[in-house]
Amino acid sequence: MKKFDPTRNNKSTMKKVGYKSRSKSNRKDYEKLGFKSGLEVHQQLATKEKLFCHCPAGIYQDLHDFDAELIRHMRPTLSEMGTYDGTALMEFRTRKNITYRIKNETTCTYDVDDTPPFPINREALKYAIEISLLLQQNIVGELHITRKQYLDGSIPTGFQRTAIVGIEGEIPLKEKNIRIIQLSIEEDACREVSDIAHSRIYTTDRLGIPLIETVTYPEMLTPDEVMEAGQVIRFINRSSGKVRTGIGAGRQDVNVSIEGGTRVEIKGVSHLSWIPELTHNEAFRQKGLLEIKKELLLRINDTDEWKPNFKMINFDISDIEYEPIKKAMDNGWQLVACNLPNFKGILSHFLQPGKTFADELEGRLKVIACLEKPNMVHSEDMNPVFNEDMLKKRSRLLNSGENDAQIVFWAHESDVATAMETIEERCRLAFEEVPNETRKALTDGTTIFERVLPGADRMYPDTDSAPIPIEDEYIDSIRNLLPVNLSERLRQLQKWQIPSDCYVYILKKNLMPLMENIIKDLKVDSKWLGTLFGHKMKFIEGRIIPSVGFDYNLIYSMINFLQIQKIELDIAEKMLPIICLNPQMEFESILNSLEYEKYKKEVILKNVSSLQNMFTKINHSKNPQAAEKWIMGNLRPIALGNIPLRELNDFVLKFLANGGVK
Amino acid sequence: MIDIFKGYKGDAVEILKKYNIRVWGDVEVKTTRGDFYGIVLPRSENDDDKHIVLKLITGYNVGIDVRTITDMKEIGYKEAHYKIPEKEFPYTEGLPKVKLFGTGGTIASRLDYRTGAVIPAFSPGELYGAVPELADICNLETEKLFAVFSENMGPEQYKALAIAIGKEIENGIDGIIIGHGTDTLHHTAAVLSFMIQNSPIPIILVGSQRSSDRPSSDAALNLMHAATAAARSDIAEVMVCMFGPTSDEYGLLHQGTRVRKMHSSYRSTFRTIGDTPIATVTREKITPIKQNYNHRRNDRKVTILPYFDEKVTLLYYYPNMQPDIIYSLIDNGYKGIVIAGTGLGHVNKPLYPAIRKCKELGIPIYMTVQTLWGYVHMFVYDTGRDLMSYGIIPAENMLPEVAFMKLSWALGQTDDLDKVRELMLTPISNDITKREPYNGYLIYQGGIPEVEEFIKKVHK
Repeated sequence: MKKFDPTRNNKSTMKKVGYKSRSKSNRKDYEKLGFKSGLEVHQQLATKEKLFCHCPAGIYQDLHDFDAELIRHMRPTLSEMGTYDGTALMEFRTRKNITYRIKNETTCTYDVDDTPPFPINREALKYAIEISLLLQQNIVGELHITRKQYLDGSIPTGFQRTAIVGIEGEIPLKEKNIRIIQLSIEEDACREVSDIAHSRIYTTDRLGIPLIETVTYPEMLTPDEVMEAGQVIRFINRSSGKVRTGIGAGRQDVNVSIEGGTRVEIKGVSHLSWIPELTHNEAFRQKGLLEIKKELLLRINDTDEWKPNFKMINFDISDIEYEPIKKAMDNGWQLVACNLPNFKGILSHFLQPGKTFADELEGRLKVIACLEKPNMVHSEDMNPVFNEDMLKKRSRLLNSGENDAQIVFWAHESDVATAMETIEERCRLAFEEVPNETRKALTDGTTIFERVLPGADRMYPDTDSAPIPIEDEYIDSIRNLLPVNLSERLRQLQKWQIPSDCYVYILKKNLMPLMENIIKDLKVDSKWLGTLFGHKMKFIEGRIIPSVGFDYNLIYSMINFLQIQKIELDIAEKMLPIICLNPQMEFESILNSLEYEKYKKEVILKNVSSLQNMFTKINHSKNPQAAEKWIMGNLRPIALGNIPLRELNDFVLKFLANGGVK
Repeated sequence: MIDIFKGYKGDAVEILKKYNIRVWGDVEVKTTRGDFYGIVLPRSENDDDKHIVLKLITGYNVGIDVRTITDMKEIGYKEAHYKIPEKEFPYTEGLPKVKLFGTGGTIASRLDYRTGAVIPAFSPGELYGAVPELADICNLETEKLFAVFSENMGPEQYKALAIAIGKEIENGIDGIIIGHGTDTLHHTAAVLSFMIQNSPIPIILVGSQRSSDRPSSDAALNLMHAATAAARSDIAEVMVCMFGPTSDEYGLLHQGTRVRKMHSSYRSTFRTIGDTPIATVTREKITPIKQNYNHRRNDRKVTILPYFDEKVTLLYYYPNMQPDIIYSLIDNGYKGIVIAGTGLGHVNKPLYPAIRKCKELGIPIYMTVQTLWGYVHMFVYDTGRDLMSYGIIPAENMLPEVAFMKLSWALGQTDDLDKVRELMLTPISNDITKREPYNGYLIYQGGIPEVEEFIKKVHK
């Protein structure tokens, strides 16, 4: 009998799934998968205070800096159908002690659910309506604060207060438009400090900061479109000038499904650039699960009858070398062996790059049964930890058949039952569908299980808040102050003849209002200005981090200064890095540090003939442009700021064409 | 008449009628702000008549301004019905028998997701559905005595409750729980401490500061603590059982006559004043803090004294109070007054004639302190001596609300003022204590280094 090779099985199943790297995939591949994706973009608003209390918004503490701690537990509440929501039950099974770390400066009794909400922050509501109007949405007549249950403890009440501001709407992508489902205003959640075994710790500084959530229809059909939609929503949010920027101020949840698959939500993607890889891999993970389902249904006639077999390990494994199991034995934990009938080849079945079906089990054991990873070994490990003798004994203990797979996990006695349930539940789901779940994004572009996806049943009215009417007059007053919308912005950039590789930078930094002022007031060439930002400034920021106090408006002042001093604008790009680092420095001093001296145009041009003279004496090059380059190179330091370089270049060329020195 | 427009009125009803739309109708709405789709929900009667509430498919509710509506069409109908699942409360041989009386507070409840109304869970089956852990603690029976909000509890309810408890004790119950709204929980606890004397079993009043439709509710844990105390504790007193800290850690058992709600919304709002709580309680055990309390007994000898005179008042003194307040009490036939005075128990001079008048008419006035902590001391200043000579009786360290309940109870049984005085000044259930322990008054001030250090270490 040929020995089972998990590595080879992994490769062959990867082929069966049809996995290709993203760089080798094209639109057709995604079409074949039936790839569909929608976005939920979370964006913090730049308000002074939190959404439902008067704590300052946007102040963050070190995760380990706190004044007090308190402990809570979350209990599921009955849904309107008289049942418990799936997520609710899962979270309840995990039996987590939730600790909140509180800092007096940023947290009050509202945050920890010891005081009812104060009236909604009107500043936040105004910003949300403004952005809703930018998305061309239908604004609601009355805002109804709704409670959305979260039992993971990330919000001490156990629910997030949220309300719909507008529905429908549209955003422009390069090749199509994407429709918007809704925009809601809501309070941000706690930041997680740690989550180990039965203890989860949060800090409450971020809790309650107002944010908006923009939800698109699942109309993006390739990973790149998803990222593009994310960028456009970010541009629109930022164009309002009313949103926070910086780490964590904007986060995305990405929904992905394929033909025959299920909507799976990848949560908390903090960088737009991660989206393509994550969605690509999720699509193939779902394809892999569908392949597994197909394979299992071929092998198992009656899935209702299928049952894993669990046994406590009763043979001696004391000379095992594997640290986690040694530690478990030292702790007096239980070692449980499990036989999965007909699961041979499934545990090492490819699902994501470097991840298999066994990872799905391991992930759920960590989240639901609170078993820290590594929490199991199995019969298809690439590096087995049980020796031949132990494997034989395990086989006998479990009465394993040729087509079965085996798992061994270790856990404290009180967690064993939940762990068994979790394994059986996940294996059974493999017969049915791609499980409805939320997954956590990892930096390598893969995902791990986070929790069961909650249903619509977790929404209910907030009895602590009255509805808030939104009158036509109020909406109109906001509409009158709106920035130009994105489609118009794109048209304007084209009209200004700005190269398209500058667009993302300009829109992301919301520089158009500033550019408009510079062009209008200072009559600067728009194309030059566009590249000053989109190429020069972007290049500089890629290398140095602007100091505190740097503001793009300084560029307006700089250009204005140069114009008044009658200095050519070419020198601006040399000044920018210094301004970035020393925003307080006077422009005069910056010019000094660049050793700028004022020369009359004629003085500079006069030098051309003597330089050409010198060049002919030292020249060895046969390159016809050598003279032009050498002369320009020598003149640039004194020319910069005194004569447009292009004009100087034209003069030099003309001079040389006319035969040089006469 | 059945309200088929469930809370809608005025302009909103007109619009619904105009387009022939029912509440629970699945509708398409055209408005000047764009189109909306959803189910028409009932509306709270207190809200305006300018909006119609829709539940969107995403589960969110939104309001539509009726002035913007240009067309409405009903394309379906989805009425919702609610019921709390009932599971039979399992009987376990050998567990203590506990009776839960309901007064109308929603200790366990569920929210009607669409209207926002709170549906109380009360039958043992419903409670078991919501808090299954109760079945591990006791065999539970329930009885709904009334359905009133805490602030509407009154003499009629106090008397009925005392009598019902007396009957249960005679019938051999092991412990009593009373589910009660928290606003006047300590008032009821005080009056029951006087109406039910010499109880052989624990009588526990419990409520919740966060309703049980919230995942972070304190209701389930309070109920478990109360059940544990009722079923297993050795403390045969009338007690309030509520959160110790705001953390989900342990509950406190407070003497019914020394407890007070001290914060409008905190979970740990109930505090024992001028003493320590009797015990802490967790799901595992009861740990006594005080040593002298009435112990559980096997006999059924309880004294029920269900008396209450409604013509008693509690007067909160303020500077420049005028005597007309007291004259109007006299004119309205009040038979007894408790004053919450300033400092050691003082009121201003202008009241003196009115106070003398009360003495003449045989209306007893008892003095308590607004400071809550500490004793009335009327010998320290001349004012106090004057007041006593005009007939004011110092009520030691009885809390103002407790003195009010006790005087109502005393006057309910006799008009003999000497007898009333004896009842008032003889401690029945630690309503007056002979001494105040040093740790009976601890209100820490935040910001002080040693306090901050303590708070950082010990869960709030």
